[in-house]
Amino acid sequence: MEIDPFIFRLSIFILSIFIGYYVVWSVTPSLHTPLMSVTNAISSVIIVGAIIAGLAGNSESIFNTSSIFGFLAISLAAINIFGGFLVTQRMLQMYKKKKKNK
Amino acid sequence: MSANISAIFYLISGVLFILALRGLSSPETARQGNFFGILGMVIAITVTFLSIGNFSTGFIYVLIFLLIGGLIGAFIAYKIPMTAMPELVAGFHSLVGLAAVFVAISAFLNPEAFNLGSIGNIKIGSLIEMSIGASVGAITFSGSIIAFLKLQGIMSGAPITFKGQHPLNALILISIVVVTYLLCSTQSSNLFWILLAISFLIGFLLIIPIGGADMPVVISMLNSYSGWAAAGIGFTLENTALIITGALVGSSGAILSYIMCKGMNRSFFNVILGGFGATEQSTTSQNKEQKPVKSGNAEDAAFLMKNASSIIIVPGYGMAVAQAQHALREMVDTLKKNDIKVTYAIHPVAGRMPGHMNVLLAEANVPYDEVFELEEINNDFANADVAFVIGANDVTNPAAKTDPQSPIYGMPILDVEKCKSVLFIKRSLSPGYAGIDNDLFYKENTLMLFSDAKKMTEEITKNL
Repeated sequence: MEIDPFIFRLSIFILSIFIGYYVVWSVTPSLHTPLMSVTNAISSVIIVGAIIAGLAGNSESIFNTSSIFGFLAISLAAINIFGGFLVTQRMLQMYKKKKKNK
Repeated sequence: MSANISAIFYLISGVLFILALRGLSSPETARQGNFFGILGMVIAITVTFLSIGNFSTGFIYVLIFLLIGGLIGAFIAYKIPMTAMPELVAGFHSLVGLAAVFVAISAFLNPEAFNLGSIGNIKIGSLIEMSIGASVGAITFSGSIIAFLKLQGIMSGAPITFKGQHPLNALILISIVVVTYLLCSTQSSNLFWILLAISFLIGFLLIIPIGGADMPVVISMLNSYSGWAAAGIGFTLENTALIITGALVGSSGAILSYIMCKGMNRSFFNVILGGFGATEQSTTSQNKEQKPVKSGNAEDAAFLMKNASSIIIVPGYGMAVAQAQHALREMVDTLKKNDIKVTYAIHPVAGRMPGHMNVLLAEANVPYDEVFELEEINNDFANADVAFVIGANDVTNPAAKTDPQSPIYGMPILDVEKCKSVLFIKRSLSPGYAGIDNDLFYKENTLMLFSDAKKMTEEITKNL
């Protein structure tokens, strides 16, 4: 009997939870805020689904109910992607070590 | 582009996201990590365009909406003050949640586009995954909106409780499961909208009873939810990048919530069920009001600090409210010129989100190797001359160690009381969030500085 592809996706999911567990425990507590903003940014990879939804309309009607929700989701996710990565960048640039010549 | 090749690229972007989080293990590698994250995102988006291969007029609209969102996001990212980071993160969580809901709606209305079957005949597995994604997304959205409003001060930070709250919530949660089951067996679109409506409602109801100082737990929890919502949608779309990311974010948020709960010595359920400290307030504040308190001014504080050889600074939420981090840093610069050793001690739950204080200190150019976590620095208080508590309260309360009756008993605290002397900047003697009195205020070696944190710090600097 063939294995349902769902099982493969489930395996990826479960293993990723474990990876997440070990990776996040190794994040230094002083970077917990950037951790939250960057997880925010990467979870917006949901934009992939939004793009598919947005492009699903046929050439006569680009805007049907389904694609409009897709377009809106694209904007929402884009706010998060740009906002999330840029604000993380901004925060990380502030973390500096003690200057040695002082 | 063939489905197999795009799947491999999605896997690559998933791996890049793992590296993005891995980079955060130290400030040196963190910027590189962020770059990996951006790269992963660019790959995922490009591959999606290529795999659809439909560069018609619709494509232009996709770019327009992407650009609109991008510009708004970039604008916010540059404008936002660092003190408002908790609100920003809560706001961003709500957007992820809403995006998940929209994608689910879109997939439900046009399942053909996603290869999920046809309207009224969506594959059962996909429908379950979609319902989970939509429901968790909706909870994330409305919960984050409430968290945002509370953090922003638009809504009172006080817990809102009413009779029958917990039974009502339980009832709604059960009905979510029932509606999902019915939805999958009937494919009725009405049930889909009902599912969304009650999920929005429960998100709202779950967060209103949680008070302001528990926000670190709430934000982490919503962070986790946004991940599970993304994973749910990832299963629907059969997209590896989304599944990996959802799992990463979900476990990241869960770990942060755990760390925050441990920092308060409370169980997760205790926080979620809310309404902490509301009852104790009246009894404890009355019988302790008569105790003598030593209060001083900036000159006294400056004198004490000038004669110290090592000082530990304990920042808390009050520092963020007063925007005192820059003034604090100037004071520390002056102290350092006098060869006084200054370090910072940060409690895990200081502020309104995990790592809040670290970001503010970093913003004020405090080198991160002078900032220490509770376990690293707690033994040093006994050898320090002065502890300078700015905007913190409950996290220094010795009652957590000595008084089993206290609601915060067992919570790990910073051993400020072991210092030779303690300086406490506070606006008044009012108890902290937990509603309990702090014995530290009445100790022989404590000097209370009643003022705004920023003003007082500036005055001390002048007197040094």
